Amino acid sequence: MESIALSTQTLDGDKMIVNMGPTHPSTHGTLRIVLELEGEFITRATPEIGYLHRGVEKLGENLSYHQFVTLTDRLNYCSSIMNNVGYSHAVEKLLDLQIPERAKVIRVLVSELARIADHIVCIGINAVDLGAFTAFLYLFRQRETVYDLFEMAAGQRLHTSFTRIGGLFRDLPDDFFPLAERFLEECLPVIDELEGLLTHNPIWHDRTKGIGALSPEDAISWGYTGPCLRACGVPQDLRKTQPYLGYDQYDFDIPVGTTGDVFDRYLVRVEEMRQSLRIVRQALDKLHEIGPGPVLVDDYKVALPPKEKVYTRMESLIHHFKLIMHGMEMPVGEIYSATEAANGELGFYIVSDGGKSPYRIRVRPPCLPIFSSFDQKVRGRLIADAVSELGAMNIIAGELDR
Amino acid sequence: MIERIEEQLPGAIMDHHAFRGDVTIVVAKEKFLGVVDLIFKDGYQLLVDITAVDWMDRQLEDRPARFDVVYHWLNLTSQERLRVKVPVADGESVPSLANPALPHPFKTADWFEREVFDLFGIPFEGHPNMSRLLTWVDFPGHALRKDFPLDGGDPFCMSDSTAPYAQHIPTTNP
Repeated sequence: MESIALSTQTLDGDKMIVNMGPTHPSTHGTLRIVLELEGEFITRATPEIGYLHRGVEKLGENLSYHQFVTLTDRLNYCSSIMNNVGYSHAVEKLLDLQIPERAKVIRVLVSELARIADHIVCIGINAVDLGAFTAFLYLFRQRETVYDLFEMAAGQRLHTSFTRIGGLFRDLPDDFFPLAERFLEECLPVIDELEGLLTHNPIWHDRTKGIGALSPEDAISWGYTGPCLRACGVPQDLRKTQPYLGYDQYDFDIPVGTTGDVFDRYLVRVEEMRQSLRIVRQALDKLHEIGPGPVLVDDYKVALPPKEKVYTRMESLIHHFKLIMHGMEMPVGEIYSATEAANGELGFYIVSDGGKSPYRIRVRPPCLPIFSSFDQKVRGRLIADAVSELGAMNIIAGELDR
Repeated sequence: MIERIEEQLPGAIMDHHAFRGDVTIVVAKEKFLGVVDLIFKDGYQLLVDITAVDWMDRQLEDRPARFDVVYHWLNLTSQERLRVKVPVADGESVPSLANPALPHPFKTADWFEREVFDLFGIPFEGHPNMSRLLTWVDFPGHALRKDFPLDGGDPFCMSDSTAPYAQHIPTTNP
């Protein structure tokens, strides 16, 4: 606070300080940007973050590995299932654990649905910030269906906590599949409609083209990942380059932009939604192929035994008790595991000393490095461009501040 | 990679190990910038993450090093990852990678180093703006140190209150 007050005093009379946020509608979450203006042009932007800092990493050091799953929901709350998957994947790497095939496919299926929902939020909100309300409404109907699917799968729409270490907490219900099929049929025309509304719209071009353009070298130096990096022309997608959860068995393409401006990021996200739909289609087919089977590992040192067994068998009751009270037997070591979340590389760095809870757990949020370049990208531009840039960065404050 | 560093900068790697396919090297902070330059030229150009680990009870042979500053690099060409650890003692500083005077500054290091400074209290030498990132300027202590209480120590912000009841609010961590 003090540093900002000082900078107001030292400014000359031509500059004006405007606080964007913490409750500005285009910040979508709680973050504050102090803009120094000369007329309508930004001479400096100082982001102030930490309004949603709740010490997730500190809490993680004091919770058991299973309990941390619920905290990952609150990171990127637009696609919380992907955070669940990323975290469980990290702990499974630490345990060197193989999960059942059906659980892998379901994880891919829900991850891609979450990616679509996340891109819908990003594009829809970006459009609504720039005045294109129709596109937002068209898209959000589809997002509603995705959340209905999540509700069927996990019982929750936003804070899903769907995964467990070693698999999933339950299989998909039967009525999930007809709705998923309907979603596949309905979503593709809506994406085409969205493109019809925006892609060749001259107003949309004026507001997005050339804004926030970045060279691939700069993007790498800024630590960009995900759609923002790919829009700059770097074909880096962990699903292709370091396949996990059997992503190498799916047929999909990686869209790449050229300039990295807001318009390119929009195009990359739209195409990624189409590719995600392709993956969802293949995952659904694969589920039918595999047929029913377990979705959680059969190792009661890691995953809780089924409730019927706990109530009827002595050993299962003991396993249940041991797992809840003493936690898993963890190896001593450290791992970094990364998955391709909707916004970029979501990494978990876990240091284990063999205890019930991690010695240190670090969440590598994709949007922190992206947002750190905000000042450089909006300098010399208009306030309206800052709004457009902020929307296209897809900042989720829950993940930014942890 | 490890052999190449050994060859070019003998003695720079204090220790190295691999666990579940993750390669880790431990580098002394005096040799750190040299190693970074070397691995940058080798293709490790995407600095994925900077964080730290607080080993409160640890003592190294020659000097006490309470913290490990942990860097994760990704080589976009070969898709290999490399973890570099720099042990530092409490109050000691680490060379900043966001320093604009470096031949290849990592712009992303700016905020990551500020976050480590904020939550662990490790200063970075040569950083253009070494201030707190997530907590506020006069926040007491550094939240991710192991001796920082889980509930913040003063959850109701009563430390500078003169109200008679302020001293009697129970906390889970006295």
